[in-house]
Amino acid sequence: MLDARDFELLTEIQSGLPISPRPYHEIGQTLGMPEAEVIERLTFLKQTGLIKRLGVIVKHRQLGYRANAMIVWNIPDALVKTLGGRISRSTFVTLCYQRPRTTEWPYNLYCMIHGKDRDTVLAQLEQLSVDCNLDQFDREILFSRRCFKQRGALYRPVVAPAKPPEFAHG
Amino acid sequence: MDEIDRRIINALQTGFPISERPYLETARALGLSEQELLDRLDRLLKDQTLSRFGPLYDAEAMGGALTLAAIRVPDERFEEVTNIVNAFPEVAHNYARNHVLNMWFVLATETPAQLQQALISIENQTGLTVYNMPKITEYFVGLKLEA
Repeated sequence: MLDARDFELLTEIQSGLPISPRPYHEIGQTLGMPEAEVIERLTFLKQTGLIKRLGVIVKHRQLGYRANAMIVWNIPDALVKTLGGRISRSTFVTLCYQRPRTTEWPYNLYCMIHGKDRDTVLAQLEQLSVDCNLDQFDREILFSRRCFKQRGALYRPVVAPAKPPEFAHG
Repeated sequence: MDEIDRRIINALQTGFPISERPYLETARALGLSEQELLDRLDRLLKDQTLSRFGPLYDAEAMGGALTLAAIRVPDERFEEVTNIVNAFPEVAHNYARNHVLNMWFVLATETPAQLQQALISIENQTGLTVYNMPKITEYFVGLKLEA
């Protein structure tokens, strides 16, 4: 499993990769690790899914995505896996999760659509409903009214302390 | 932001090579020089079009815990409850949404036990029920907020 060097590496890169021709060489210099070892360890961490993604993290609003809707459906348990898979393949869905129902909340499938405006989001949702045949299920659309707080989640690796990185939704 | 910036952002949302010359590889695929790609990425980070260029971690695989939680907050208490909830360092995002369950937030902690403790503390401090909706399954999304 992961060793102390992996955690050092994860801590070192979490605020970002160097923007220079040999970024992994540069990281290795900081950590006293050969470039080949940096590449080997990162490849492994990516394969295991611990690094979910490597690349650009965009600011929705900077790209003009000002409307964000969470759509929740009550999908029969037997269908939720199939429909979750289909919904997540839609080009405009940014997150898709199955979550437990509660006594007051019958919904079990959640997706997020980020759009440039509300009308676009609603039009995309309609298309999604048609494509995946979702009209038969109860749903609710929760647009965000205000964002009070947004930061990367606190992550402190087992070994080294770290600055906050960013995670996808819970 | 021009057409080339958009192509760079769209391409690099899907992944970045782990190799000796990753920028060169990416630049070639986009028909750019390595230097032009570096210059443009540098600018997109400085002008904050991009929040970061690097990894997104799986918090749970790291041993951490994440959940989505919601509260039904009476209108007259909304500001007070917002202040209580946001004061928790475990709260990563908090959104007001147009529903009777009108406050939705993501909690992230180093361990599952801390997550449970934070949920209990928020209930105690607000006197309101916190609905905990941890994920059962995450469906893979290729990710693309087309630039």
